[in-house]
Amino acid sequence: MKQHDIVVIGGGPAGLAAAISAKKAGVSDILILERDSTLGGILNQCIHNGFGLHTFKEELTGPEYAARFIKEAQDMEIPYRLGAMVLSITPEKVITYMSKSEGLVQISAKAVILAMGCRERPRGALNIPGFRPAGIYSAGTAQRLMNIDGYSVGKEVVILGSGDIGLIMARRMTLEGAKVKVVAELMPYSGGLKRNIVQCLNDYGIPLLLSHTVVGIDGKDRLTGVTIAQVDANRQPIPGTEIHYDCDTLLLSCGLIPENELTREIGVEMNRVTSGPNVDDKLQTGVPGVFACGNVLHVHDLVDYVSSEAALAGANAAAFVQNEKTAEKTHKVVIKAENGVRYTVPQTIDVENMSDSVTVRFRVADIYQNRSVCVYYDGKKVSSRKKRVLAPGEMEQVVLKKNSFADYPALSEIVICTEEA
Amino acid sequence: MEVKNLTCIGCPMGCFLTVSIEDDRIGVEGNTCPRGADYAKKEVTNPTRIVTSSVRVNGADIARVSVKTASDIPKGKIFDCMKEISAAQMDAPVSIGDVVIENCAGTGVAVIATKNVPCKK
Repeated sequence: MKQHDIVVIGGGPAGLAAAISAKKAGVSDILILERDSTLGGILNQCIHNGFGLHTFKEELTGPEYAARFIKEAQDMEIPYRLGAMVLSITPEKVITYMSKSEGLVQISAKAVILAMGCRERPRGALNIPGFRPAGIYSAGTAQRLMNIDGYSVGKEVVILGSGDIGLIMARRMTLEGAKVKVVAELMPYSGGLKRNIVQCLNDYGIPLLLSHTVVGIDGKDRLTGVTIAQVDANRQPIPGTEIHYDCDTLLLSCGLIPENELTREIGVEMNRVTSGPNVDDKLQTGVPGVFACGNVLHVHDLVDYVSSEAALAGANAAAFVQNEKTAEKTHKVVIKAENGVRYTVPQTIDVENMSDSVTVRFRVADIYQNRSVCVYYDGKKVSSRKKRVLAPGEMEQVVLKKNSFADYPALSEIVICTEEA
Repeated sequence: MEVKNLTCIGCPMGCFLTVSIEDDRIGVEGNTCPRGADYAKKEVTNPTRIVTSSVRVNGADIARVSVKTASDIPKGKIFDCMKEISAAQMDAPVSIGDVVIENCAGTGVAVIATKNVPCKK
């Protein structure tokens, strides 16, 4: 069986940035396995602009952002296989993949970087009653059909869910001549970025109905209409508020789920809130030498953060390969998310062996105004930063410095929470 | 006096802006920082957008190549631009930056490719 130093599962933005970073850190025996026919992942179909403001200080489209990383990986001569579907990864880091050209292949790795991304929540997970006619798509599927395969997806459109992909598709379909009648959102706020609400909906006069959901589907062969109703505080439809819309297309933009079938099979501990693996400050899962980054770890809003997170995973995987002896002394501390903070990534931090600073990313549970983000070490408040606004759709972060732990030799718990300012 | 309502996109706050226009004077209320006033003034005097879309590509493994306007164009010209973009096609191979339309809808702005598309394998 052929062995590689590092095998990266997935050739999207996370996998590319991780591989490039690992190579820069001095590991040359790297292999990227990508199931699609091109590198770049979901960026290939995200043809709108707004990518790369943090990384390149300019606004790129998705394919342009991907092309920069693809070129860097190719210039560095990092090997990759396309059309290679990984079927399993064992705790011993034996990887089985299948491809048209190679058949069934088993390889082993000293370190594995999980970068499989995420997928959309499908209709079946949404409890939408009614028939199953053609014309109901997840927003990302419609995006691919339109932007890569060149199909016109529909003429009269209703969109359920105001996630960013749904908002982007509302504009995209409008530009291609479709009539987008309404965007309905179950929650009392949108999970999408403000900029997208203004530039994708308001610019084209598309109404956004908050606290509304789809309660009926009409049509047997092709969708002919949907019924939308308002929901109460418990997200239950309110009788008498139903509105009917004639339409031939319903797009679903109702959340993204990290794609972790392979991860679970390795047997690492998973996180119920993120649906990704639990990781330490090195972005290493519970199995030594298995790292995770990007949307497979937790769903991001901005690809720039995916790239920086993945670069960290790549550098740490390289260090793992180069320095196989484990640290003599470790001091793992759990990071707890409380009071309005839904989760943190990483979930633990080794304060003995951490780098000078660690970025902890998190999301809040609701929209808050004038609230502070606070950090506690064993019950003592060590930092508090007032924020004018916090929203579930915008990932937040705190940076923990190594020297801040000097006064806490027996630290057992870090809490990140929100408080009234 | 004309009054317009806008949502600021400068940050997640999303301040609700009320803009009053009287001759040359533009008054902005509701903003909580200077960026809001700048945004509102631009939006009511000269709103612009970058338009992104895709055009048919011949002789490639994929059907469409993504394109964008090389810089932002007046908001009112978006649908005129889309009309020209919809009629355009390219032949593989395509490189990022290749010009699809030189002067789109009289804006003086080019439409360029945003994806590298090799020839059919």
